[in-house]
Amino acid sequence: MTSVGATVKEPGNSVKNKTGSWRTFKPILDKEKCIDCGNCILFCPEGCINKDYDIDYDYCKGCGICAEECPVEAIKMERE
Amino acid sequence: MNMIKVISANRAIAEAVKMCKPEVVPVFPITPQTTISEYLAQFVADGDLRAEYIMVESEHSSISAAVGASGAGVRTFTATSSQGLALMHEILFVAAGMRTPIVMGNANRALSAPLSIWNDQQDSISERDTGWMQFFAENAQEALDFVIQAYKISEDHEVLLPSMVCVDGFILTHTVEPVDIPSQEDVDKFLPPYEPISYLDPKDPMSLGTFTDPDYYMEARHDMEVAMEGAKDIIRRVNKEFEEVFGRKYNLVEKYKTEDAEIILVAMGSICGTIKTVIDRLREKGEKVGLLKVISYRPFPQEDIYEAVKGARRIAVLDKNISFGIGGVLFNEIKAKMDVDASGFILGLGGREVSPDDIIGIVEKTRNPTTETNQINWIGLKEEE
Repeated sequence: MTSVGATVKEPGNSVKNKTGSWRTFKPILDKEKCIDCGNCILFCPEGCINKDYDIDYDYCKGCGICAEECPVEAIKMERE
Repeated sequence: MNMIKVISANRAIAEAVKMCKPEVVPVFPITPQTTISEYLAQFVADGDLRAEYIMVESEHSSISAAVGASGAGVRTFTATSSQGLALMHEILFVAAGMRTPIVMGNANRALSAPLSIWNDQQDSISERDTGWMQFFAENAQEALDFVIQAYKISEDHEVLLPSMVCVDGFILTHTVEPVDIPSQEDVDKFLPPYEPISYLDPKDPMSLGTFTDPDYYMEARHDMEVAMEGAKDIIRRVNKEFEEVFGRKYNLVEKYKTEDAEIILVAMGSICGTIKTVIDRLREKGEKVGLLKVISYRPFPQEDIYEAVKGARRIAVLDKNISFGIGGVLFNEIKAKMDVDASGFILGLGGREVSPDDIIGIVEKTRNPTTETNQINWIGLKEEE
């Protein structure tokens, strides 16, 4: 191990921890149904949905809040 | 100039700490460690030790404060005993896992229940898996010498594991004997200032004691195992450097008349003084008996122990602790690590007196084992009326 005591020597490197591996259910957005309301972007606790409604699966933990908040049910949670 | 003073092991530890100049000393008093915390508070109040003395609200806090201070890159010291050490349990793993080279004095005392303030070694033995090194002193001189060496061993960049210097409660902590107190100049010559390899610094930000997922944890634990095994060579080197400056010779174990011994007793701490006296008496009668004193319990010096006892016909392992259902811990570790014919003896729990006659009885039982006595024997147990 390069770091004695598992010390993290550079700040800002939590991006290296791809928390998407924790996911059990994956949000799938149907862009045909999407009405561009922005709810999922605002409610996502991980900031994993960008303005083009692309979901960053590297860090999405699959919490399902986006699917819950979508007013037109455009997001389905599918088992990995 | 060094000087001889007639002092207790607690005073000897405090004198050693003063000369090692820790910058943060968080201590919570507990019998029979209390006078260590009092002496250190006095040193700080008098300006003899320039340290931040933190009066904490528990032992969980004192060891936590020590971890924080060590994480900030300074030398630190704390001390405790028994229930206090047990309360530290959780943070002992943190201190070792974060590789903070804390040095702690532990006054060995029995654990409740039934409540006891008297000596046995159950408290530190029960912390054997935390990743701390443990050094057992036979007398006040060793207590002083081991504290000074513990800093150098713990702070070695190949080791970076915390150390516990163990002294038998009351037997050592509250009796006085002549102790050679070295000069500050000699201690400074032997022990350089602590140089941390990583510490909390706003100019060079980093995180210590972080969360690790399964990708990293095992490597961090394996690193500790490598450090603990490697510590044996570092201890040998530091022992040699100590001898060059102070003239007193130490090793991971001490061999006392083992060369030609047919029966060898293996023990730790103050009881070794009694055993040496008994061995001298038995030797006068022509009995070939010896003692192997285990100084470094962690790291465990199995090579040194085996080298010393392999020529003996039988060995006796004396434990002031009990792992219920399996017997004394030192006995079981020796049996697990080497092929020797040994009897185990549980004695001195909760301050039960161990007399020279008890030691003679142990030698006899070891020499002539029966099916009952070749495994675990309780010494000094009262028979039911």
